[in-house]
Amino acid sequence: MTQPFRNFTGGRIDRQRPLSFVFNDEHYTGFAGDTLASALLAAGVHLVARSFKYHRPRGILSAGSEEPNALVQLETGAFTQPNLRATQVELYEGLRASSQNCWPSVRFDIGALNNVLSRVFPAGFYYKTFMWPPSMWMHYENLIRRAAGLGRAPDAPDPHIYDKMHAHCDVFVVGAGPAGLAAALAAGRTGARVIIADEQFDIGGSLSGARDVIDDRPAMQWASKGWEELATMSNVRRMLRTSVFAYYDHNYLAMVERTGDHLAPGTRLAQVRQRLWKVRARQVVLATGAHERPLVFRNNDLPGVMLASAVSTYVNRFAVRCGDHAVVCTNNDSAWSTAFDLSDAGSVVSIVDAREHIDTGLLAAASTRGIEVFVQHVVVAASARRKRVHRVEIARLHNTSLELLGPLRPMRCDLLCMSGGWSPAVHLHSQSGARVVYDAPRCCFVPDLAVQAARSAGAANGTFDLDFAISEGREAGKSAAADAGFRRRAVGAAPKVDVRRMQPMLALWQVPLPPTMQANKSFVDFQNDVTAADIQLSAREGYRSVEHTKRYTTTGMGTDQGKTSNVNALAILGDALGSSIADVGTTTFRAPYTPVTFGVLAGRDLGELMDPVRRTAMFSWHQANGAMWEDVGQWKRPRYYPRGDENMHAAVNRECLAARHCIGILDASTLGKIDIRGADAAQFLNRIYTNGWTTLAPGRCRYGLMCTDDGMVFDDGVTVRMADEHFLMHTTSGNAAHVLSWLEEWLQTQWPQLQVYCNSVTEHWATASICGRFARVLLAELNDDIDLSDDAFPFMSWRAGTVAGIPARVMRVSFTGELSYEINVPADYALALWQALMNAGARYGITAFGTETMHVLRAEKGFIIAGQETDGTVTPVDLGMGRMVSKAKDFIGRRSLARADSLRADRKQLVGLLTDDPHLVLPEGAQVVERSLAAPPMPMIGHVTSSYWSENLGHSIALALINGGRQRHGEQVELPLQHGVVKARICDPVFFDPSGARMNG
Amino acid sequence: MFLIDCPHCGARDESEFTCGGEAHIVRPPDPDQVTDAQWAEYLFMRNNRKGLHFERWVHVHGCRRWFNLCRNTVTHEIVAVYTMGCAPASVALAPSAASTKAAATTGGAK
Repeated sequence: MTQPFRNFTGGRIDRQRPLSFVFNDEHYTGFAGDTLASALLAAGVHLVARSFKYHRPRGILSAGSEEPNALVQLETGAFTQPNLRATQVELYEGLRASSQNCWPSVRFDIGALNNVLSRVFPAGFYYKTFMWPPSMWMHYENLIRRAAGLGRAPDAPDPHIYDKMHAHCDVFVVGAGPAGLAAALAAGRTGARVIIADEQFDIGGSLSGARDVIDDRPAMQWASKGWEELATMSNVRRMLRTSVFAYYDHNYLAMVERTGDHLAPGTRLAQVRQRLWKVRARQVVLATGAHERPLVFRNNDLPGVMLASAVSTYVNRFAVRCGDHAVVCTNNDSAWSTAFDLSDAGSVVSIVDAREHIDTGLLAAASTRGIEVFVQHVVVAASARRKRVHRVEIARLHNTSLELLGPLRPMRCDLLCMSGGWSPAVHLHSQSGARVVYDAPRCCFVPDLAVQAARSAGAANGTFDLDFAISEGREAGKSAAADAGFRRRAVGAAPKVDVRRMQPMLALWQVPLPPTMQANKSFVDFQNDVTAADIQLSAREGYRSVEHTKRYTTTGMGTDQGKTSNVNALAILGDALGSSIADVGTTTFRAPYTPVTFGVLAGRDLGELMDPVRRTAMFSWHQANGAMWEDVGQWKRPRYYPRGDENMHAAVNRECLAARHCIGILDASTLGKIDIRGADAAQFLNRIYTNGWTTLAPGRCRYGLMCTDDGMVFDDGVTVRMADEHFLMHTTSGNAAHVLSWLEEWLQTQWPQLQVYCNSVTEHWATASICGRFARVLLAELNDDIDLSDDAFPFMSWRAGTVAGIPARVMRVSFTGELSYEINVPADYALALWQALMNAGARYGITAFGTETMHVLRAEKGFIIAGQETDGTVTPVDLGMGRMVSKAKDFIGRRSLARADSLRADRKQLVGLLTDDPHLVLPEGAQVVERSLAAPPMPMIGHVTSSYWSENLGHSIALALINGGRQRHGEQVELPLQHGVVKARICDPVFFDPSGARMNG
Repeated sequence: MFLIDCPHCGARDESEFTCGGEAHIVRPPDPDQVTDAQWAEYLFMRNNRKGLHFERWVHVHGCRRWFNLCRNTVTHEIVAVYTMGCAPASVALAPSAASTKAAATTGGAK
C-alpha cells in the first residue's frame, strides 16, 4: 500500500529501509523509525479503534505514551499482547496488529449500538441498573465485561526471556528531552555517575516533534551532539526505550528497558525481551515533559481530531501530514506552530483561537502563509463522514463570560488539531510523596517542593519556554551533581535558544454549547468514554470528592490513567461544584506510570527458579524407589513409596504394618537442627521451653514445647544434651529457620548477657530413622561400639559410635511409638548409611516409609504436629501437656497461661474422635457440633485436626480440638458434612499402646 | 524500598531486613507482679504513631543482628539508627543524628 500522506523529505525516518506490516488484515508499508501510529497515518488510516463503552470510532489522538484511544492487539498466539499504544509500538518488518473491542470489524461494529443508546448509559448506569436482584449481579457482570472491554490476554505460556538489574547512580535523569539532556550533560561533566533514561526510541523529547532552533541550528542537532558527548563519558549510562515507571521511598526508582520489543517475534527469542531495572539514586532530575490536553467540545473524539503537538510530531519527526484541510483550535500559543508546520508541509490550514488578544508576530506569521485566522472563536462541535471528521461548527466566544456570541458557522476539514493547554507530567514527582499545586496563569498543576532528593525541570516543572527549560535542566543537573558530592568541574556554557515569549492562555475547560446541544458527546476521558455531562451528573448526585467522582464515572482510570483527561475532569468538576480546581485537588498518582508486563516483573523467578528446592542426601534413593513427593516448606520429602499398582491408601497401609511389625525406615533429615553452645545454654533453654532443662544430664534427650509470649504453642521437638555447654535442638521441618530467628531475637534483644551461640546444622547432618520390632537387631548388626541394651542406652538418650563404619550420633527417641533409633551422620555419608541399612535390613523386611505413614503412626499415638494440631491459639494445657509446664521457673509464655482466658474450662482441648462407622475417615478441618440442625448456623464446638485410616487398629482415627473436650470423653458429637451428618464419639487421643511399652523397649 | 543504614554493615536495601515492630517495649521483669491487664498491655498494645516511630529491625539477610531505628511514618525518613540497648531519648531529640551509631550496651530494652 502506498503512503499518500508521507512527505518526500524530512523527518527522522529511514526511507531506505521500508518495512511491511499488517493491520486488520490489510497490508501496509512504513519506514524504519516509524511507530505503528505514524505508519498508519502515512497510509491515511485514522480509524484504528472502538471506544470502551459506546464503541465509538476512534483515531489516533497523540504521539506518545499518553495515548488513550489507539490501543491495539499486537501479534498472535503466544506473542500476542493486548492494549498496546500504537503511538509507542516501534515498527518492525512483518508486524501484525489488529483493533480491539469491535466485532465483526472496526469499520462495522455491532457494539456501536451502545452509542445510539448513550443517553440511557450515563455515569453510574451499571450501578443503578444491575443491582437488583443482588443475586443476579454476577450474571450481569459477566455479560457487561464481554461487551465492554480491552484486548485479550495471551492464553499460551510467554516464550520470552526477561531479566532484572540493580543499579546505583549519583544523578538519575528521567527524560532525554531538552531539559533532561541539559541536566545529564551538566551532571555528567562533573564526573558524577549519571543514568539518563527515556521511554522513546529516539532522543529529543519535544524537540523531535518541533522545529526549534538552538545555537543557530535545528534543535535536534544540539540534542544529537549532546547525546554523543554523553556517549563519550564512561560515568554516564544512556538508556532509550526505557520507561521509568515508579518512584519509591529513599530515591528508589524502577524502570523497564524494552530490549527486544522492536524486533520481530521470531528474532527476539534469542535475547532478553525486557529488563527490569531497580535504581537507587543519590539525586533525581525529573525532566518528564508535559502532556497536551484536548479541548472539550461536542464530538471531540472523532477520528481525525488530534492533539496539536502530536500533529506537529507526525509532520516533523515522521514526515507525515495527518490531513490536507486542517483546522487548528486552541486557547494558547503552542498550537500556532502546528498550523505553521502543516502549512509548510502543504496542507490548507485555518486557526480558531479562543482568545481576544493574539501576539502580533503570530498573526503576521500566519498571514504570510495565507492561513485564515478566527480570533476569539471556538470549535463548538465536529461531525464525521465515513468515520472521520469532515466538518466543524465554530462560533464567537465572549472571553470573560465564556458565552457563545452569534450563530454557528460551518467549516470543512479532514483534520482537527486541538490544544487545551499543557499538563506537566508530575506523576513521578507525586509518586515520590511530594504534592502538586495549581498554577492559575499556566492553567496546570505544577510540582510543589520535593520531599526526596529530587528536582523537576523543564516542562515537567511547568517551564514551557524552551530557553528556560534548558537552563532549568542545566541548573538541576549541576546542583544535583553538587549535592551528590561532585562540584569542582565546569559544566559548560548554556546554549543559545531562539524563542518567542508566549502570551497568556485562556482558561477554557469546556466549550459552551448552544441550547440545542447536550454535553453527552463532549468527551473528557476518551479511554473510558466519560463525558462532561457524566462529571456534571456525578456532581449533581452528590459526589463532591474527586476520588469519589473518579470511581463513579471511571474518569482517569484505564491503561492511560487519565494522562490527557485528569485536569479537564477536575476543572469541570470544580465548575459543577462551584469551587476552584485548586480546591478540588488531584487524585493520587500511583505506579506504574505506563503499564508493565507481568513477565518483566517475574523476570527469571519462574518454575524451578521460583523457589529453591531442598533435597536430602538420600534423594536419589527415594527417586529410584518410586517415591511420591510431598513439599514440606522447600523440602522434597517422600510421602509414600507405591509398589506395583498400589494407590496411596494401599501403600500407606503396607508401610504402617511394616513399621510396627517388622522394621520401617524414614528419612528424617529435614528436621531442623540447631547447634546451641555456651556457658548459659541450659539456662537459655530453660527460658525458651516450657519444661526444665538444667537437670538434663549429658547423653540424654528431652522433648520440649516452645510457646510465644502469649502462651501459645509454636514449635516442639527433641533436644539433646551433647555436653555440659552444648545442646542440639530439633525443630519441625517447616519451622527450622523461624525457630533459629526466634532464638536469636531473644538472645539479642532480651538477654544479651547470656553466653549462648546458635547455629543451624540442618544441612550438615542427615538422619535415617529406623523403628519397629527388629530395629535393635538391625542396628546391632551394623555397629560394634555402642552397647544397645536398655540399661546402657535407655529411651531418650543418645550415644556416639559408628554405624556401618560411619561415625554417627545415634538417638533413641520415637515419633512412631515403636522402639526407634535416629542415626545421624554427616550428610555426605548419609546415602551410604541408608544403603547399608537397606541391604542389612532386607532379611527383616525393612520397608521405607514416607511422611504419610509417619503421620498415621504418630496419630495412633496421639502425638501432635505443631502447625496441624496447633494454629497459634492452642496452649500446652489445651494439648493435654500441662505436665510439661514447669512451675519452678519462668519461661516465654508462662505468665500468659495464668490469664483468665487461658484458664477457661471451655477452651478447645485435644481429644480423639472415633466415628460410629469405623470405616469412615473424617475430612480434616471438619466442624464438630453437639447436635446437627437442619441448616446453618449451629453452634460449633470444635474441629478435626488430623484424620486417618489406621490399618494397625482396623478402624479410622481422628484428633480434634473440642471445647472442654477433656471432660467430654465418651460423649456423642456430630459432624455435618457435605453428604450427610456423621456421628462420632469423643475419646482419649492415644489410640495405640497407651502405656508406651513398645517405645520403651 | 527503604535504604537502611545497618549499624554493623552499612547502607543496604530494605529487602535484606525484617521489621520486628515497635521498639522499647519493656517486658515486665517479674511477670508475676503484673496484673492481667498490664501483661496484656505488654503483649498486645502497640503505638501507631503519625510521625517519629521507634522500631526494631533485624538484618536477616546480612549480619542477622537486631538494632533499633527511628522512622518518620509520614515521610519514611529514617532519622536515626542505633544498636540494641541504647535509649531512644537521645536520638529522638537529635533528628540530625541520622547516622547515629551509638555504642552497644548490654541491657534489657526490647
